[in-house]
Amino acid sequence: MESKTIDFERGWDHVYKGIKQLRRILEGLPEPLFTSGEYVMLYSTVYNMCARNPPHNYSQQLYDKYREVLEEYITSTLSPSLRGKRDEFLLRELVKIWVNHKVMVRWLSRFFNYLDRYFVDYRSLPALNEVGMTCFTDLVYREVQTNIKDAAIVLIGKEREGDRIDCSLLKNVLDIFVAVGMGSMERYEDDFEADMLRDTGAYYSRKASSWIEEDSCPEYMLKCEECLKKERDRVFHYLRSSSEVKLIEKVQHELLVTYIDRLLEKEHSGCRALLRDDKADDLSRMYRLYCKIPRGLDPVADIFKQHVTAEGTALVQAIGAASNAPGVQEHVLLRKIIELHCKYMAYVTDCFQNHNLFCNALKDAFKVFCNNTGTDSSSAELLATFCDDILKKGGSEKLSDEAIEETLENAVKLLAYINDRDLFAEFYRKKLARRLLFDRSANDDHERSVLSKLKQQCGEQFTSKMEGMVTDITLSRENHAAFEDYLRSNSAAHPGIDLTVTILTTGFWPSYKPCNLNLPTEMIKCVEVFKGFYETKTKHKKLTWIYSLGTCNLSGMFDQKTIELVVSTHQAAVLMLFNTSDRLSYSEIMDQLNSTHEDLVRLLHSLSCAKYKILSKQPDTKTISRSDYFEFNSKFTNKLRRIKIPLPPVDEKKKIVEDVDKDRRYAIDAAIVRVMKTRKVLGYQQLVSECVEQLSQTFKPDIKAIKKQIEDLITREFLERDEENPNTFKYLA
Amino acid sequence: MPPRASKRKSAPPNSSSVTSSDGRSVSNKAKTKGMDKIDRLFNTYANSSLGVIDPEGIEALCSDLGVDYTDVRILMLAWKLKAEKQGYFTQDEWQTGLKALGVDSLTKLKKALPELEKEVEEPSNYEDFYIYAFQYCLTEEKQKSVDIESICELLNLVLGVQFRPQVDSLVEYLKVQNDYKVINADQWINFLRFCKEISFPDLENYDATQAWPLILDNFVEWMREKQS
Repeated sequence: MESKTIDFERGWDHVYKGIKQLRRILEGLPEPLFTSGEYVMLYSTVYNMCARNPPHNYSQQLYDKYREVLEEYITSTLSPSLRGKRDEFLLRELVKIWVNHKVMVRWLSRFFNYLDRYFVDYRSLPALNEVGMTCFTDLVYREVQTNIKDAAIVLIGKEREGDRIDCSLLKNVLDIFVAVGMGSMERYEDDFEADMLRDTGAYYSRKASSWIEEDSCPEYMLKCEECLKKERDRVFHYLRSSSEVKLIEKVQHELLVTYIDRLLEKEHSGCRALLRDDKADDLSRMYRLYCKIPRGLDPVADIFKQHVTAEGTALVQAIGAASNAPGVQEHVLLRKIIELHCKYMAYVTDCFQNHNLFCNALKDAFKVFCNNTGTDSSSAELLATFCDDILKKGGSEKLSDEAIEETLENAVKLLAYINDRDLFAEFYRKKLARRLLFDRSANDDHERSVLSKLKQQCGEQFTSKMEGMVTDITLSRENHAAFEDYLRSNSAAHPGIDLTVTILTTGFWPSYKPCNLNLPTEMIKCVEVFKGFYETKTKHKKLTWIYSLGTCNLSGMFDQKTIELVVSTHQAAVLMLFNTSDRLSYSEIMDQLNSTHEDLVRLLHSLSCAKYKILSKQPDTKTISRSDYFEFNSKFTNKLRRIKIPLPPVDEKKKIVEDVDKDRRYAIDAAIVRVMKTRKVLGYQQLVSECVEQLSQTFKPDIKAIKKQIEDLITREFLERDEENPNTFKYLA
Repeated sequence: MPPRASKRKSAPPNSSSVTSSDGRSVSNKAKTKGMDKIDRLFNTYANSSLGVIDPEGIEALCSDLGVDYTDVRILMLAWKLKAEKQGYFTQDEWQTGLKALGVDSLTKLKKALPELEKEVEEPSNYEDFYIYAFQYCLTEEKQKSVDIESICELLNLVLGVQFRPQVDSLVEYLKVQNDYKVINADQWINFLRFCKEISFPDLENYDATQAWPLILDNFVEWMREKQS
C-alpha cells in the first residue's frame, strides 16, 4: 500500500468530516453508519499523518485535536442538556449523555487508534480512552457530581420507605461513578458511597429509636432481619458489591449494636422472657442477627447462662425443700436435672448452632448448681446411686432398653459438670461391686455400655478398674466350671455342700476389710477344698477370703415347714451355732464367732428384730443389747418356701470420702512434682493454676490442699522457697 | 578489743625474730598466752571426759555471767560461737567464738554481752540469728521440725522484744490450733517475714492467695474471726 505524506490541513479535513458524520449519527439523525471501507480510510488517514518522520509527523497535533473534538462535543452537545434538570430527570439525562459519550469515545478512538499504538507510549501520555474519560470527568462529572449523588441517595431513601424505583437507572448512574475512577474505586467511594452510608446510618438511627420504644423484642428483631435482607437486595440490584460489608455494618450498628442492651433486657419480651417462654424461633433469630457482630453474642450467652443457672438452682432448692423419702428425692432431682440438660442442650444445638459461647455458658451454668445438691450426699454420690438404681434388678425403672440407654447416656453427660469425678468413680465402683457380687445386675449389655460411655467421657484410666471387675466375674464363671470338673474327678474332696467361689483381682475391686470370723466346720471344709483346687491352677497367688460378701442358702427346719433361707455368710455362721446349742447369750455368740460388736449387733438385729424373726430374742425389744439371749425360733413360718433375709449394708460413705481424700493428696503431690520437675523455678500462683489444670479431668482440688502439699514437699526437700522472692519455688533435683 | 598480750612491751604479735628461752617465738608465746587464757576458761567449764562444755557447764557459765540459762543472750552467744549442738560448746567453737568477741576472761565476756546484743540486732545479722535459733533446736539427727511448745518459747525469746503483739497472738493461736504439731524451717522463716511485712493488728495487707504458709493463712483467718 502506497503511503505518501499528507498535508496536515488536508488530512485533518478528511478526519473532521468523519467526526461530523459521527456526531450526526449520535444525534439520531438519519445518517448511515460507517462502512468498513470508510472506517479504513479514516484510520489510514490518521496513520499517514503519524507514521512519518518529522516534519510530516503530526502525532502531537492529532492527539491535541482528539481532545479538542471531545471537549467541543461535550460542551456544545452534552453538558447543556443537563442544565436545569433535577433529581431523577437529571439522573436519566446523565445516563443518556454518558452513553453517547462512550460511543463517541469508542469511535473516535478507533479512528485515532494509531496514536494509541505508538505515540501514547512513546510520550508516556494518557491513552485515548483515558483522555475521553478525563474530558467527561472535568467537563460533566465535576459539575453535577453532588447533585447526582444527592438525587441517587434520595431515590434510595424512597425505596426504603416502600416506593418502587428504577433500579437499572440507579445502577447505571453508579456505574458512572465507578468509571470516573478510572480503575480505582475512589470516586465511587468518596463521591457517593460515603454520603450514602451516612444517610443510611441516619435513616436507621431514626427508625431504631422509634422501634425500640414501640416494638417488642421479637417484633424489633423481625424488622431488623427484613431491613438487612432489603439492604442486601439493594446491593444486588444496583450498589457495588464492595459496599455490602460497609452497608451491613452500618445498619447492624444502628439497629442492633446501639440498642443491644435495651433490646435484650426488654422486660416482657427480651432475651430472658424468650428463654422463659421457650420461644425457640425468636431465639434463633436473635442468634442469627448477632452472630455476625463482633462480641455481639456475648451478652446473649451471658443471659442464657444466668437463666439456666437460675433454673437449675431453683430446681435443686425446690426438691431439697420437698419432704420426700430420702432416696426418692435424690432420684427425682437427678431426673429433673437431666431433663433440664436435654432441654437447654436442644437450645444450644438448634437455636444457637452449637456455638462455643453457648456450649460454655451451658457448661458453666450446670457446674454451678450440679455441685450443690443441698442434701447430705454429694452430687457425685447421687449420680452413682442414680446409675445403680437403673442398672440393678428390680430397679425403679420399668423402661424400654432404648429409654434406659438414653437415661444412662444423659447421666454420664452430667458427670462433666461434677467437680468430684474421682468421688463418683469410687461410689460407682462400690455399687458396681455389689451388683456384680450379689448378682443384682439387671443387664450385662447396659453395664458394659455405661462403662464405655464413661471411658469416652473421662478417659481409659477412669474405667480400667471397673472393666477389670467385670472381667473377673466372667473369668470366675469359667473358673467355676473347672472347679466342678475338679470335684467330679476328686469325689473324696467334695465338701458335701454346693460351693461357688468368685475370685476378685485385688487391684480392681474396692478394698474390703478382711475378717477373722470363725466359720462353722462345714464351711471351713469348703474353703480347704477350694484352696486345694486353686493350688493346682496357680502357686503364685495368695487368696484372701472376704466372707462378708458371700451368700448362703440354709434350710430352716421349722416346726410347720422347712423354709429355705437366703442369707449372707455371716448370718449363716450365726444361725449354724444354733445347730449345737439351743440357747445362746450375746457374749457366747460373740466368743464363738470372733466378730466385732458393731457387726454382731447388725447381724443379730437382722435375724431377730427385723421382718423375719428367725431367732427369738429375750427380752423381746427392738434393739440388740449385750445382755440379750437368743433361741432358734422353731415357730417361725411364712407362706413362701424361700425367703431372703436382708442384711442392711454398712454405710460406707465416710470411708469412701476418706479414701478419695487420701488419693487426692497423692494426686496433688504427684502433680506438683511433675510441674516443678519441668519448670524448675515457678511462681506460687502459676504453680497452683498448673496443678489445677492437670487435675481438672479428675477433680477440682482445694487450693488449701495444694498449699499443704507444697509445704509437705518443702519438708521432704523436694522444693525450696526462693531466697530473693518468697513467692517463688525451686525444684531440688 | 585486742588481746592483752599485745600490750606487752615485748615485740608486737607479728614479729617473730626474738626467741625466748623455751624455744618458742615471742609472738607465738603472746598468742599462746592469750589462747591459754581462753583454753583455761574453757577447761573451767568443760566436762573433762568429753572434752566439751556440756549443759551442766553451760549452766555454770550462765550463773557466773549472772544470766539466766534461758536468756536470749546465751542463744546469741551460741550463735556467735556457731555452736552446732544445742547445750554443748566444743573447744574449737569456744576458741573461735571468744576470739571473735575479743574476750579471754569471764569479766570481759560479761562486758561483751551488750555489744553482742547490738551486733545481733543489726539487720544484716538478725535473719541469720533467727534461722540459727531454729536450727539450734534440731537436736536429733535428721530432725527437720520443732514441736509447737518449743516454738512458742523460741518465738517469745527471739522475737518477743521487737514484735511483742504479733508474738503474743501467734503463740496463743499455735497453742489452740490442732492442724500442726510441729513447725518446719520454711514456716519458721515466714513467721519473721510476717512480722516484718504485715501490718498488725489490722492485717490489712495480708494476701492469702500468695505463697504464705498455710498455717499463717489459718492464723490470719482466726485473728479476723476474733476481731469481728
